[in-house]
Amino acid sequence: MLSVGAIIAPGFFASPAVALAAAVGAVVAVVAGAVGVFTVIRGQAFAAEGLADAGSAGGASAYLAGLPTLGGFALAGVVAAAAMELIGARRARSRELATGIVLGAGFGLSALFLYLGTTQRGTGAATVTILFGSIFALRSGDLPAVLGLGALAGTGLLVLYRPLLLASASPELAAARGLRVGRLGLAYLLALVIAVALAALSVGTILSTALMVGPAATALKLSARPGRAIALAGAIGVAAVWLGLVLAYDSYAWPPLHHGWPASFFIVALILGAYLAASAWAARGERA
Amino acid sequence: MFAPFMVDAWIAGTLVALVGGAVGFFVVLRGSAFLAHAIPNGSFAGAAAASLLGINVLFGLGVASLGAAVSVGLLGRRGRRDVATALTLVFLLGLGALFLSWGNAYAPAVYGLLFGEILGVSVSQLWPTALLCAVSLLAVALLYRPLLLAAVLGESGAARRGRAGSDLLFGLLVALATTLTVPVVGTTLIFSLLIGPAAGARAFTDRPLRALMLSVILALATVWIAIAAAYASGWPVGFYVGLISAGWYLVGRVWAAATAAR
Repeated sequence: MLSVGAIIAPGFFASPAVALAAAVGAVVAVVAGAVGVFTVIRGQAFAAEGLADAGSAGGASAYLAGLPTLGGFALAGVVAAAAMELIGARRARSRELATGIVLGAGFGLSALFLYLGTTQRGTGAATVTILFGSIFALRSGDLPAVLGLGALAGTGLLVLYRPLLLASASPELAAARGLRVGRLGLAYLLALVIAVALAALSVGTILSTALMVGPAATALKLSARPGRAIALAGAIGVAAVWLGLVLAYDSYAWPPLHHGWPASFFIVALILGAYLAASAWAARGERA
Repeated sequence: MFAPFMVDAWIAGTLVALVGGAVGFFVVLRGSAFLAHAIPNGSFAGAAAASLLGINVLFGLGVASLGAAVSVGLLGRRGRRDVATALTLVFLLGLGALFLSWGNAYAPAVYGLLFGEILGVSVSQLWPTALLCAVSLLAVALLYRPLLLAAVLGESGAARRGRAGSDLLFGLLVALATTLTVPVVGTTLIFSLLIGPAAGARAFTDRPLRALMLSVILALATVWIAIAAAYASGWPVGFYVGLISAGWYLVGRVWAAATAAR
């Protein structure tokens, strides 16, 4: 027990902020892991990034209007997803361009809303809070919304699991079987919007891509079977979030300032570490 | 609008647009929008580190963006490229968040770094910017043929061998452009400037050199209109750059649809 006491600082489990962060973080990591496996298979990491950035424009405008940022984020994400699907053609290159255009416009709007938020509300905190998030700043009122949205995305994936998997792995084959690949793509993007919005809530807009892509890519290095990869991705994500929380809590005693390192930094670093370890392991397996 | 303090902004904006339009042409041609997004955003970590250590921001930006280009190149060799790009980007952003928390940075300064403060450009920044601009344009001129060839051949056959090399080269070019432009338009909006004008230009002509020229012209128009509008309205330059850039793409699409219908 000595080692546990050394890693987990006293009071960690007693703090309500930590308990809430751990609960929300786990839900978010599971949803992000499941959606993320499809994201990696479809090669749409950039779409995840683009939706996060476009969504942040919605989050910022909601903040400006005094509305819940999660709602604004999700709404702007849906609009952005529709726009991407509308202007993006089938070819991978033009899809990337379409994502980029939506992302760029979203950033422009974010710039405006964050500027107005900063000048009108008199605090500069909006920029940092919305973009970098703070998992310890969650309110307990957020929990039902997180659970509801998470369940929605999870149910959607479960219903569409088989056709979506086929459409993601081989669009031509899926189309030949009479599946509506375009509509499946849009449904997937909507699930992605929800997952990204949830991830942005916990680790911030610009780091949400880490939770979306990292655990899923790591899991796909370890197992080629999608079902197993989804379970693995969820587990890796939850582990990274929880370990990140523990380290962030510990870091209050660390140099240079003794006011704690950001949890999102630890989460992202752990995810990158897991990915590097998994790719090294996969490479070793190939050689053997 | 052309008061002495604004003259610097006009010059810096013009330099940035020249480079953004030219490098952007290759970004769009190669379909490397994600890389063009990741390198400037990742360079944020370098800027945050530089402000923490009290060294020149350009230096921090340069180191971080070069690091990002090399990391994407190395990680992308095995495994999926977009995953490598995404993970490099988020790790650098995470580092940036860490440095910010150490530095107790003043929030408006963070905002300026992300979204740019063209109206705060000073003479001391002008010379390094001009120098980097000249180097970038020279690099574009020297790499024009090899990059064009690699982009057109794409994944096919003989090009695949040379692809890793041209990828890295291209990443370094974007890193150079990033270092130059981020202090002026911010980490986020250089991206708009890189893809919007170039994507629009491509709809008007199939000839590469002409598209490159048009891309530069549209980028110049974007920045000039954005500066004038920002000056007149007091709203951030980044907002106008983002929307006008997306606008060029829409204009290009409408033009392409109209000419195709005929």
